[in-house]
Amino acid sequence: MNSGAPGERADQAEHSSLWFDAWQRLSRNRLALAGLCVLAFFVLVAVLTPWIAPYDYAQQDLDLGPSPPSAAHWLGTDIFGRDLLTQIMYGGRLSLAVGFIATAVALVIGVSWGAIAGYAGGRVDAVMMRLVDILYALPFMIFIVLLMVVFGRNLILLFLAIGAVEWLTMARIMRAQVQGLKEQEFVEAAHSLGLSPAAIVGRHIVPNALGPIIVYTTLTIPNVMLLEAFLSFLGLGVQPPETSWGLLISYGAESMEEYPWLLVFPGLALTLTLFSLNFLGDGLRDALDVRGRAD
Amino acid sequence: MALLEVNNLNVSFRSRRGDVQAVRDLSFSVDTGRITALIGESGSGKSVAVLSLLGLVPTPPGSIDSGSAHFDGRDLLRMRPRELERIRGRDIAFVFQDPMTCLNPFMTIGRQLTEPLRYHQGVDRATARRRGLELLDEVGIRDPEQGFDAYPHQFSGGMRQRVMIAMALINEPRLLIADEPTTALDVTIQAQILELLAELQRKRDIGIVFISHDLAVVSDIADTIVVMREGEALEAGTREEIFQRPAHPYTRSLLAAIPTGSKPPAQQASKQHLLIVDDLVVEFRRNRGQVLRAVDDVSIELRRGTTLGLVGESGSGKSTIARAILRLVPAASGRVIFDGTEVTALGKRDMKEMRRRMQIIFQDPFASLNPRMTVYDTLAEPFLLHGLATRRDVGGKVLKLMEEVGLARGFARKYPHEFSGGQRQRIAIGRALATRPEFIVADEPVSALDVTIQAQILRLLEDLAREYRLTTLFISHDLAVVRQLADEVMVLREGKVVEYGPAGEVLGAPREDYTRDLLAAVPGKAFT
Repeated sequence: MNSGAPGERADQAEHSSLWFDAWQRLSRNRLALAGLCVLAFFVLVAVLTPWIAPYDYAQQDLDLGPSPPSAAHWLGTDIFGRDLLTQIMYGGRLSLAVGFIATAVALVIGVSWGAIAGYAGGRVDAVMMRLVDILYALPFMIFIVLLMVVFGRNLILLFLAIGAVEWLTMARIMRAQVQGLKEQEFVEAAHSLGLSPAAIVGRHIVPNALGPIIVYTTLTIPNVMLLEAFLSFLGLGVQPPETSWGLLISYGAESMEEYPWLLVFPGLALTLTLFSLNFLGDGLRDALDVRGRAD
Repeated sequence: MALLEVNNLNVSFRSRRGDVQAVRDLSFSVDTGRITALIGESGSGKSVAVLSLLGLVPTPPGSIDSGSAHFDGRDLLRMRPRELERIRGRDIAFVFQDPMTCLNPFMTIGRQLTEPLRYHQGVDRATARRRGLELLDEVGIRDPEQGFDAYPHQFSGGMRQRVMIAMALINEPRLLIADEPTTALDVTIQAQILELLAELQRKRDIGIVFISHDLAVVSDIADTIVVMREGEALEAGTREEIFQRPAHPYTRSLLAAIPTGSKPPAQQASKQHLLIVDDLVVEFRRNRGQVLRAVDDVSIELRRGTTLGLVGESGSGKSTIARAILRLVPAASGRVIFDGTEVTALGKRDMKEMRRRMQIIFQDPFASLNPRMTVYDTLAEPFLLHGLATRRDVGGKVLKLMEEVGLARGFARKYPHEFSGGQRQRIAIGRALATRPEFIVADEPVSALDVTIQAQILRLLEDLAREYRLTTLFISHDLAVVRQLADEVMVLREGKVVEYGPAGEVLGAPREDYTRDLLAAVPGKAFT
């Protein structure tokens, strides 16, 4: 993949930033750009779904029943005669929202928690990380069920619940990164310049710790989407007639021998999203690594 | 006939930016019982040349384009890999630079040492042990029996290098290739290892190829010296020829880069003490409640405009003293008084202002710069932080600073990895000087650099120190460098002061045995 020397434009402008340079590098990476476009398209469709969906998502046509793709129903219909394309579009709204929002929650909490614990060290670190250990030890399902029982079943809570579980690993990764980085001389140099701890972490440590975090984030988003499917399947997430990609896939899998399109199309949507995320993630990681990868 | 005779060796590497010729028409020879030294700075092709002879350069991207290398009458370059394997490690053995990473930490010294005997020659356990003990004794391990069953972490760097040499000798090679074998070691240890190599060469009658970046190191032991630059041998000759009648200008510049001479007494040195350190103690907590006293009752009085050289081997606490003065590590007791203010008692806000006045330059320019910040950002940070410039006029100040430390304008947007070690050190010096400090700590600022670069950076530091009227704490393990720069010298050992006084007295007429040992260990005395 291409990774040009950033110094080529040295004389144009004196000032530049890591993010600007990263964007320049990313825009030269075709796969990552393609991934970004696919994701942007999916998000756009998800946002506009209520206006552009060909059918109402709850509209059944029991006479038609399950039918393969046709001119009227591009991706076919399910056993209740509901249009699959509409289902996928509505399902995408939920899956993408869960994927991105829950991951964002995990990212923000995990990165700050890990960075603080790792940089502070000592007793602060011990207390913070023991808390993480305790949360790790809680069985996830019981945790979710408890939340649902106490607060009732709603979507926001679903986001928070998933995010609250996923941030633990994020915090551990971040902490390990920060612990390694804070021993580096450039951090000591920043300290001796008189930078405050917050500025040291923000300017000097976090940008250097992003590589593994980005990779883990791109792995977390699909993970979260599947988790939602699993919870919905158990009746803890969304309930029909509302739907998500995960639910569509699990229903599709039940009847894959008779009506394969019910599995293939939702599966395709999810796969495309995951591929795009992976390419974008790899691209971002390379773009943020100023040393540039040879290949 | 020579033991190893290399003729017109050409090695190149294919890269995406075209072919790079790493070794160009190189010829040299090694005789039995002689030491040939290949000298060159990083990137001169000295290691590649030797590694390629033994098939240790991966092809591709490398390729040996032409040449011959006769070892014992047979051309190594035309051997099949299987044949070469039999010669490698048996007739020709290696000693590498870093003894810390070359030993498996989970195996006893003895087992690693005798493994080749036991597995390749089928020697039984008792015989292997006896051979191992003999070798450990020969390379100067004091208690071979105990050392045999010890694990690598129980050995110091110097002892590990001795073990590496013993490992190289176990199959009784006739040629030993030593690639910077002393670079990672303290001076006194370096002197011992050099002595050991010279002794082995005499006693065992083996040929040695000694690869080094440092002319001074080989000046005591090499018989023949080949000076390389950019893959080419510029000059070859006996030790006397190279040192006394160097023909090539590059050789002369290498010789000139060996620091000599001493600093003339500072003229306008004021009587006022800028820095006073009073009974400084720094302790580190180790496992199981043990406390390591890294700095033990050290006191310093440093007059404005002068340079104090802190000298000592690794573990002597010299860097820790500097870090405690700058409050980068906490002091257990004692006081640091800077220009009448007690640094150790300052609050947060006053400390920030104090940090503006004292700065540090680190040893490793590869670790001391944030890899994700451009030169511009790195240099702009201190200006903006201390309010010495606004976002609008910081650009001009950064460019002026870059000019002062000898960096071209066009470098501003580049990242640290795009620079050589010397250029990076210039960036680090620029960052330290941005706040116009009065006091600066230079912690081994040239140890990681090539000799000619070393001389340039030292000159830059000297010039800047004069221009900015800096008071400097110069830390180094290299006495020659300290002699050149320091007005006063403090010799440290295990956290305690051994000797402290004017440079001329301490280095010229040392009172303590330890100082004398250090001075005796400096390589290249014969020629400097």
